[in-house]
Amino acid sequence: MSARDDILAAVRAAVATAPEPPAVPRAYRGHPSPEGLVDLFLERVADYRATVMRCAPGDLLATVERALGRRRSVIVPRGLPIELPYATTDSGHTATELDRFDAVVTTAAVGIAQTGTLVLDHGPGQGRRALSLVPDRHVCLVRAGQVVSGVPEAIARLDPGRPQTWISGPSATSDIELSRVEGVHGPRTLIVVLVDGA
Amino acid sequence: MSATFLGMPPFPTAARTALANEQLRSNLRHATGTIRAKRAVVVAEVDDWEDLRTAGAAVKDAALRHLDEHLVVLEQALTARGATVHWARDAAEACAVVADVARAHGVDEVVKVKSMATQEIGLNEFLADRGIAAWETDLAELIVQLGGDLPSHILVPAIHRNRAEIRDIFRQRMGAAGRPAPVDLTDDPGDLAGAARLHLREKFLRARVAVSGANFAVADTGTLVVVESEGNGRMCLTLPEVLVTVVGIEKVVPTWSDLDVFFQLLPRSSTGERMNPYTSTWSGVTQGDGPQEVHVVLLDNGRTRALADPVGRQALRCIRCSACLNVCPVYERVGGHAYGSVYPGPIGAILNPLLRGVGSDPQTDSLPYASSLCGACLEVCPVKIDIPSVLVDLRRQVVDAHRRQRVPTPEATVMRAAAWAFGDARRLSLGERLAGLGAPASRWLGPLVPRWSSSRDMPTVPRESFRRWWRRERAEGGRS
Ligand code: SF4
Repeated sequence: MSARDDILAAVRAAVATAPEPPAVPRAYRGHPSPEGLVDLFLERVADYRATVMRCAPGDLLATVERALGRRRSVIVPRGLPIELPYATTDSGHTATELDRFDAVVTTAAVGIAQTGTLVLDHGPGQGRRALSLVPDRHVCLVRAGQVVSGVPEAIARLDPGRPQTWISGPSATSDIELSRVEGVHGPRTLIVVLVDGA
Repeated sequence: MSATFLGMPPFPTAARTALANEQLRSNLRHATGTIRAKRAVVVAEVDDWEDLRTAGAAVKDAALRHLDEHLVVLEQALTARGATVHWARDAAEACAVVADVARAHGVDEVVKVKSMATQEIGLNEFLADRGIAAWETDLAELIVQLGGDLPSHILVPAIHRNRAEIRDIFRQRMGAAGRPAPVDLTDDPGDLAGAARLHLREKFLRARVAVSGANFAVADTGTLVVVESEGNGRMCLTLPEVLVTVVGIEKVVPTWSDLDVFFQLLPRSSTGERMNPYTSTWSGVTQGDGPQEVHVVLLDNGRTRALADPVGRQALRCIRCSACLNVCPVYERVGGHAYGSVYPGPIGAILNPLLRGVGSDPQTDSLPYASSLCGACLEVCPVKIDIPSVLVDLRRQVVDAHRRQRVPTPEATVMRAAAWAFGDARRLSLGERLAGLGAPASRWLGPLVPRWSSSRDMPTVPRESFRRWWRRERAEGGRS
């Protein structure tokens, strides 16, 4: 017998007389959205020591420029809704090439208020996964309308067929005597730009 | 370079050694106390925490009850999305798959993201014997690997090392493994993390093959999930050309939407955060994004044995959050190494005998006794595993297995009595009263188990038993 057949047969034998478990209670779903979702989102993002900026749609370019500071070595994905004259558009750069950029600007798919989480599904404007990983500064644009209340609402909106990256603050470790250190392998600086009324 | 748990002495012997190490005990006390406090805060802010726990347990039970069907669906979904699925009955078969993939690509190194499954199967040693270096990329795992050491905690595997020790390990050992540590490296945690970032980035940019585990495998969509903090997981899952993921068959959840329970339960229970910094999900191969060759190894290695145990099978719900370790009074004192396994603490005390089988070796058989049955683990477990009940049942199984021996061991006799007493709350309360609280512990354990009590410094039994204190605390609205 193949390993596959053996394992499946062993599973069947193991559960043959097991009782049928009750249906999964889903009481945790469907809570009404609290007031002030966007404020809560930004507050929780800031809790992770990410930087938070907020602007009207018309001020987006200027706000992103402020987030980048004097950095001009910037890479962006195709489909970014703003035009940064000095930025390079991703054309399949190698990881080593990505490592030479100081910053990356992307959009996101969903923001989760209760946990202060950004979710990227790496569609247009978000770029492939390596793009928002290798450069040391990630500026991420989120529209107010993309912010949902909690994890269940986010899961319901997202397409599992796409690769996803859930980001809650900059990378961190507490492996050394439990002192929290921000920035190990991912971007050490995360700046979230919330675009109102969009 | 790395050590192994094989042939570890039974728990009491290993515990005696650990108890003598004052540094280890103080590190553990600090660590478990800190995580406990953080967890309590973020759990308290979730109104429907109990609903989530109930749902988490129910999803896992449903998945396990029809695991055969879900595995077949998972295999189909993965294959349809361009992944290659392998099945492994045991550690050797799983390791061989990884080695074959590495060999097919002619590499002599792979990068790894922390995974209990790959540690369980001894993958690093297997690859090393075949001339393939497996680089651990979690900061803690790096510390453990460079130190030629064993991890002591699921979540903070290097919890037994302090910052000065870590600096010394980096200074002395990084050079031999790749980019050396800066000569003026201090013991500041930020500096140490910076040294690890530079050392490992060289490896991430160069590696062609990565190996990971998975926290969840979603059957209906073929989605694998890795939950992490540092970003080394994202590096491993994204940059190399080839990715091999070793997944225990119990990691399966039926549908994508089931993740909405676990993405709430796991981070809060584990690191005491509302959400961990990074979670990656992927379903097979995505054109133009990430590894273009994806392998998934579905691992049994004793899981079907555990699944056949009517009381013990609930242990397969475990999502490896380590909350039960952090509340365990036994774990806090002896640390992870004493359990002689990659799965330490309360969950290890049941999972190891369930996976390996009772009666297989003295070390495994000693684990169900590595507990005071105080029940704190059940209270915090996000998937409601009744660890105390499983422990009691396993003790019965150990005694039954040893009954077949001609001369019963002293432990077997005593443990039969202990299992009887601990097996019922009323008997235990009676025992506590009979033993006389406030008397030396040896009065009620010592004469029976001389070999155990000789490794203890015989604390005075507190005036109030833990169980009585627990009841009182809860009556007063206290929380763990
Ligand atoms: S047994 Fe429960 S508390 Fe312990 S690690 Fe597993 S899920 Fe967490």
